[in-house]
Amino acid sequence: MNVVKGLYYSEDHEWVKVEGGKAKVGVSDHAAHQLGDIVYLELPEVGAELSAGDVFGVIESVKAASDSYSPVSGVVTAVNEELADGPEAINSDPYESWIFELELSDASELEGLMTAEAYEAFIAE
Amino acid sequence: MSELKRTSLYESHLKAGGKIVEFAGWEMPIQYEGLVVEHEAVRNKVGLFDVSHMGEVSVKGKDAEKFVNNLVTNDVSLLNPNQIAYAMMCNENGGVVDDLLNYKYSEDHYFLVINASNVDKDFAWMQKQAAGFDVELVNLSDGMSEIAVQGPNAQALLQRLTDTNLDEIAFFYFKDGVKVCGLDTIVSRTGYTGEDGFEVYLSHEAAPVVWEALLKEGQDLGVKPAGLGCRDTLRFEAGLPLYGNEFDDNISPLEAGLGFFVKLDSPFIGSDVLVKQKAEGLARKTVGLEMVDRGVPRHGYEVAVNGEVIGHIATGYTSPTLGRTIANALIDAKYSEMGTEVDVLIRGKAAKAKVVSKRFYTKQYKK
Repeated sequence: MNVVKGLYYSEDHEWVKVEGGKAKVGVSDHAAHQLGDIVYLELPEVGAELSAGDVFGVIESVKAASDSYSPVSGVVTAVNEELADGPEAINSDPYESWIFELELSDASELEGLMTAEAYEAFIAE
Repeated sequence: MSELKRTSLYESHLKAGGKIVEFAGWEMPIQYEGLVVEHEAVRNKVGLFDVSHMGEVSVKGKDAEKFVNNLVTNDVSLLNPNQIAYAMMCNENGGVVDDLLNYKYSEDHYFLVINASNVDKDFAWMQKQAAGFDVELVNLSDGMSEIAVQGPNAQALLQRLTDTNLDEIAFFYFKDGVKVCGLDTIVSRTGYTGEDGFEVYLSHEAAPVVWEALLKEGQDLGVKPAGLGCRDTLRFEAGLPLYGNEFDDNISPLEAGLGFFVKLDSPFIGSDVLVKQKAEGLARKTVGLEMVDRGVPRHGYEVAVNGEVIGHIATGYTSPTLGRTIANALIDAKYSEMGTEVDVLIRGKAAKAKVVSKRFYTKQYKK
């Protein structure tokens, strides 16, 4: 399973890419494989206030709908509308398929997430 | 919770990378490589399913045919020896106890195949209904394995492992004593995918031998092991119902749209209720839905019109074969006309859908 360096990872298999005070969030290759063929994505709304651990949306594979959790807190500043039309991109290119971007309200939360190395060990368990 | 059961092919599933889940008290593979590739293998090549969790009951005795005909919705007296009929068993209220395949050996010997989730309930029901009939019922479920070989290449594959000419087994017919890999089996041209194919009943000792041989001999035919995940998407596209989704103890076969398998001129348990339903017109009907808005309609979601709930989703998927997001729904018959707009309540939000034909996929049976 591909794990990209330089990103933060949550135990719920989301990745966080920090750019300045903002962060993009997506799901890991491991999660995409576990979910299977993704057919639908329910995106959060721009302006939504999320706390770490909140459900931000739903990812649906052919088989099932799974809640997805925001690994960090903040206000949603953008959502990836392209994924609404082509959610299967999450399977083919999980690390380019950011789902939403938020303005981080507490950057210290990042310390509670895993590095790529730690996440690799986590999914190997 | 009681311990989960494993089929004789459990080790083969692990070896093939099967992802194991609990299903009806069994540890079964939901998928191996992936639901969609397995679904496509069955539609275009050939897939193997472990369906050993299914239940089997033998009915023997002078009144076997009379007993079965009273038990099920179809008229099995019309069957030839070695022919099979699909039917449902109804309760006294016309609801469905289960659906089943009825294999006729002769007037005094039938072999019934029932759902894994209902084996105990069904067998108890059958025993109760056997009062007054000269029959002996035996629950064979624990002693039998079953492999389904499904897809356009199913015959070519299975033929490699048997000397019996499979052309001699017509659609919905079976043959007992077929040697597959030299081992004793029952082979029927049946399935649950909408493709041509066979179901092979065999001993627990024979099943792994046959399964491995099918995988090995079928490489050039594109064979793949296929899990319960695609079993459900395949049967759904083909319009084949599932107990617990399209019907249950409180939904009648007519409401489920399965009148073709209900012979009201051959009385059975619950037929009086169905005769009445038919005469008065159905209050609820099963329709096809296609999503207009985004969202996936899943089993159990409510269907509404102007905020008023008018029914629920039986099964829904983004169809791997068709690419359309579609569902079966049991709704108030007032709204069953083609083109009617309804809402599917997806996590509390209304998503638009319209009533369409529920013939989503044309079955590719070899008749």
